[in-house]
Amino acid sequence: MSEDQKLLDDISNSEYKWGFISDIESDNAPKGLNEDIVRFISLKKNEPEWLLEWRLKAFRHWLTMVEPTWPNVHYPKIDFQDIIYYSAPKAKPVLNSLDELDPEIKATFDKLGISLMEQNRLAGVAVDAVIDSVSVKTTFRESLMELGIIFCSFSEAVQEHPELVKKYLGSVVPHTDNFYAALNSAVFSDGSFCYIPKGVRCPMELSTYFRINSAGTGQFERTLIIADEGSFVSYLEGCTAPMRDENQLHAAVVEIYSHKDAQVKYSTVQNWYPGDKEGKGGIYNFVTKRGICAGNNSKISWTQVETGSAITWKYPSVILKGDNSIGEFYSVAVTNNYQQADTGTKMIHLGKNTRSTIISKGISGGKSHNSYRGLVKITKKAENSRNFSQCDSLLLGDRCGAHTFPYLEVHNKSAMVEHEATTSKVGADQIFYCNQRGISTEDAIGLIVNGYCKEVFNQLPMEFAVEAQKLLAISLEGSVG
Amino acid sequence: MLHIKNLVAKIDSKQILNGLSLDVKPGEVHAIMGPNGSGKSTLASVLAGREEYEVISGEVSFLGEDLLEMSPEERARKGVFLAFQYPVEIPGVSNANFLKTALNEVRKANGKAPLDSKDFLLLMKERMKLVEMDKSMTQRSVNEGFSGGEKKRNEVFQMAMLEPLLSVMDETDSGLDIDALRIVANGVNALRNKERSFIVITHYQRLLEYIVPDFVHVLYNGRIVKSGPKELALELEAKGYDWIKEEMQAV
Repeated sequence: MSEDQKLLDDISNSEYKWGFISDIESDNAPKGLNEDIVRFISLKKNEPEWLLEWRLKAFRHWLTMVEPTWPNVHYPKIDFQDIIYYSAPKAKPVLNSLDELDPEIKATFDKLGISLMEQNRLAGVAVDAVIDSVSVKTTFRESLMELGIIFCSFSEAVQEHPELVKKYLGSVVPHTDNFYAALNSAVFSDGSFCYIPKGVRCPMELSTYFRINSAGTGQFERTLIIADEGSFVSYLEGCTAPMRDENQLHAAVVEIYSHKDAQVKYSTVQNWYPGDKEGKGGIYNFVTKRGICAGNNSKISWTQVETGSAITWKYPSVILKGDNSIGEFYSVAVTNNYQQADTGTKMIHLGKNTRSTIISKGISGGKSHNSYRGLVKITKKAENSRNFSQCDSLLLGDRCGAHTFPYLEVHNKSAMVEHEATTSKVGADQIFYCNQRGISTEDAIGLIVNGYCKEVFNQLPMEFAVEAQKLLAISLEGSVG
Repeated sequence: MLHIKNLVAKIDSKQILNGLSLDVKPGEVHAIMGPNGSGKSTLASVLAGREEYEVISGEVSFLGEDLLEMSPEERARKGVFLAFQYPVEIPGVSNANFLKTALNEVRKANGKAPLDSKDFLLLMKERMKLVEMDKSMTQRSVNEGFSGGEKKRNEVFQMAMLEPLLSVMDETDSGLDIDALRIVANGVNALRNKERSFIVITHYQRLLEYIVPDFVHVLYNGRIVKSGPKELALELEAKGYDWIKEEMQAV
């Protein structure tokens, strides 16, 4: 153990004796972060010893790390001691029916248009709704259980399927991966867990809605999806957050483990609060999402529509380990007003005949900045690997910025890597042409932008595509001029 | 239907229209001819409400309402259609989707229910015949990769779909070969009726052989300096514009 490490350990351990564990009955942890907070969270969640140890290991590692500064985004330094790392809603955590749901929480969902009952009946979507940190309701669980599919909150998975959690937690995103992944590993509060057994095709879209509710609470979700051999699952993640003046940190981790012949399709519509028109407030969305195609012939496909957050820092990636495995990334990232986004993907080709496709559409309006950052890495053993990347930027108005940072590392001569990039502008003449046919300027922008994003929207499940189109129109209000 | 009185308009700091007056009644076809730079396209742009053009004085009323007070989309919804000289490309937006959006906006403004997909497709199929348009063109992005002739045909197709009361055709014949010209003209002729009026801006008499106008006007220095029956176009074709210029200077 190095001197520094020892010192850090001493400091963190020494704080332990101050303790506030007596505060166990409270629903919120006090502000700040130290080993006690980590223990508090673990204890609150009644976690096994190994998980506490895993958290502590991550926390100690986090202390040695510094915040990344390489993304093309700017924000005041975050005071990690000024954040509440655990808060639970007042409702009972275990519900027998929706009627038992806290009426206030239910009203919030209704405002967002996420009527669980509607979802149940009409869409046939199983929803694991997350408010702040504790999962309040999981639907359709039983019918999924009959197929052997496990779809539950992360905490429940820890209690009921500890062997699966232990085996896969951190297997794709290790706690040492990066600053925010380490932070998440130490303090994650809840999230979703999904396991699809061998040969099972999940008959419905699995869906999670995330929300940040109380002011001043960071949210650290942890999602783990495991697709066993020959299985298939389509997973939807959607977010919306209410108006907040204070910047809020969201540092989630999503891990996908795809075995031989398995396929996982992960779709996100992200609509965190982006801050107001002056750039005040808004969510900091610093997320680590990664999947591994561990077995041969497996496939992972990310589709994301990013419209929210003051700052987005996110690179859903695929490690193509199995031979003939496929990784896909389809992205629409919209920034308006003072929003900043630095997003893209990493495709790491390890296996033979692996293929990856990247379609990224950035749209910038107002005074926002939108960066695509992507890595395509073809390793020595990745014979006959293919990648196709297309990165398009669309500018609305003349005060915004679009940036592209593509990185290519090719270590195998048989690889074929293609990269295409375009930058275009929504022209006044296009808008006038639409106006002259009776279409208002706002609708014209919606039409043009949706046309521009078509390739990505086509990848989304139907109801999500409709929502995404609406969201885009709302996000781009007043973006020109 | 359309009443233009002493219209003076400029773009940037250059005054282009210098007191233009014109009356168009329902069902009439007016041809506007004139040398380059006489203000033909400016007139079309001002009628459609293009922002860069500033009206300094004069009046334009359409169906008794002040047209100049309306936004471009309001004008379109009231039935003013501009067939563009240079139709604009909109990548990723299919012609069909574009037209459906436009048509339903126009219908909504006129208190009609939107057309559902089935009725819209039927209407489209019918109107496509008017301009001998290939089915594939409705699925292609608006004007993207269209040839010059296809773009102009697409303008007339849109006109046929939206059924405007007043169509302003800005050099729709430019860049068309003789077959395309005939197709475009046939499309326009099929749309002619007692209620619909057309302002046909052109350099050449040729188009007017196919779309026979009720009146021909000569635009010069931002004003209509001569009006006459369809035969005036033939005279212009034979003699050019110089005699008009001379006549003007003599005055």
